[in-house]
Amino acid sequence: MTTAIHLNGAARYRPPWVPLLWCAPALLMITIWSVGPFVGTIALSFTDTSPLGMGGAFVGLDNYRSILQDPAFWSATGNSVLYAIIAVPLLVVLPLLLAQLVHTRLPGMGFFRSAYAAPIVASVVAVGLVWQNLLGEQGPVNTVLQRVGLIQQAVPFLSEGSLILLSAIALTVWRGLGWYLIFYLAALSNIPRELYEAAELDGAGPTRRFLTITVPGTRLTMLLVGLLAGIGSLRVFSEVYLLGGATGGPGGEARTLPFFIRDAALDPITGNAGYGAAASVALFALTAVFAVLAQRFGGERDA
Amino acid sequence: MSARIEQSPARPLLRRRRRRWSRTTPVRYALLLLVLVISVGPLLWQFLSSLKGSGEALFGRDATLFPQLPTFDAYVTIFRQIPMDAYLTNSAIVCALTIASQVVLPTAAGYMLSRRGWRGRRVTFTVLIVSMVVPFESIMVSLFLMTQELGLLDTLVGAWLPGAVSAMNVLIMRASFTAVPDEIEDAAFLDGASEWQRFTALFLPSSIGAMLVVVVNSFITAWDDFLWPLLVLRSESSFTVSLGLARLSASSFGFDPRVVMAGSIIAVVPVLVVFIVLQRWFHRGVAAGGVK
Repeated sequence: MTTAIHLNGAARYRPPWVPLLWCAPALLMITIWSVGPFVGTIALSFTDTSPLGMGGAFVGLDNYRSILQDPAFWSATGNSVLYAIIAVPLLVVLPLLLAQLVHTRLPGMGFFRSAYAAPIVASVVAVGLVWQNLLGEQGPVNTVLQRVGLIQQAVPFLSEGSLILLSAIALTVWRGLGWYLIFYLAALSNIPRELYEAAELDGAGPTRRFLTITVPGTRLTMLLVGLLAGIGSLRVFSEVYLLGGATGGPGGEARTLPFFIRDAALDPITGNAGYGAAASVALFALTAVFAVLAQRFGGERDA
Repeated sequence: MSARIEQSPARPLLRRRRRRWSRTTPVRYALLLLVLVISVGPLLWQFLSSLKGSGEALFGRDATLFPQLPTFDAYVTIFRQIPMDAYLTNSAIVCALTIASQVVLPTAAGYMLSRRGWRGRRVTFTVLIVSMVVPFESIMVSLFLMTQELGLLDTLVGAWLPGAVSAMNVLIMRASFTAVPDEIEDAAFLDGASEWQRFTALFLPSSIGAMLVVVVNSFITAWDDFLWPLLVLRSESSFTVSLGLARLSASSFGFDPRVVMAGSIIAVVPVLVVFIVLQRWFHRGVAAGGVK
């Protein structure tokens, strides 16, 4: 049938730039608001532009040299990396276990599945405020812990740098649980039930079945979840802002890399957009390194 | 997605009975309830606390879980004390703009990308992929300077533009157009349908599902957005809900915590409604968002 070739091919477009015209609006927007600023950020990182857009003399690699000597930059980078190191394994494993738990033909599972989505339905600011209340000195978490007798004095979840960071990680994991559950449920439904039944008949226990059927069957999803959770962790800003305040904890101790970029680049008085741009390039590089590592770690390149 | 999970292959009745209830079932339910308390509990606690009157303790040892005299006072107060209605309107405007641009532009681009063999197709793909690899946080400095240059600081248009079109949605739309079988298009062509007619009568109706996914995705992303509005919106009259609430809780005026709680519950409601109405598409959207 020649019409097929005729229809979905180049010949029918006269003039030949018609298809490009259809794509142009989306393409222009993406170029202007994403690809362009990316190139712009790299260019900016070699200058000393002020956050008001003025100045902008070429300074070569100065910005890169100074961020590498800036303890605040390293503290923020360390926090972001620590964030990923703690959050990623939890976000790869916990939703899978939860999916395994929900993925049965027992009554009420539909309800549980919907209810677990609650944390992602609520916006990050809304849940951030909830957690702010939960973890306060007088909040329910401290009250319960004190009543049970686990602690004598309230734990300063929201006023000590490393505790703010851990609280923010907990918040991220809590939200991510419902999110990645959806991924794993989709993956689990693709594993034939017969595999489990055959393994059961052969005498394999639940742990064995999990390790030999579920884990290999969801490996690609685990890789994907790991990748998304990792990149998400490196991008964290709001959680720390909401739990640790606008300064990112006392003295900015709990600041993540995006937090540092915002402060360093855009503070109207002390900011230097060029300096922040250099840190932005570092953030991009970190994301890229993480993506490559995830691919390696995942084995085959079929993701 | 959830519909697929519910389906189970036909199997002997006896076998099914045996699998439904077992010795581990009570343990399973106990764990499920525990996770339920962890995931819904905090939000429920916040909601219940927001209903407490000013005489009841919110925190500390005297606080109870349920309000003794439930009242909507905090919800009235929040609209009186802060311009909550302006925040809601601003969020609605940004969301509406985002949904409109995220549906229309990616649909047009996605349609053409599902057609083969035209000049510029490969370049278009390259641009899309590059934009997906770059995290927003690493270009926000440049975006801020651009927005400032254009005089769009502190405007809702400035809050909307960087998130107006995302490459992900172009790819979602492309995938749904690609799924239309060539034979059906050929048949429509033989019946004399023009390209525009084929697009409107055949391709668009078959992609409504994908469009709903895009709608849900962009609504939630725009409603949720915090960092970018924080950078560009300056005056209270242009704040979105997220921004207004964060400022409210951080303000030194010492607002009644009940009011902040009421605010965060108000912020949840619109998304909750969308979620309940479009749950199926929400789940698909999450899964599609992962196919990067």
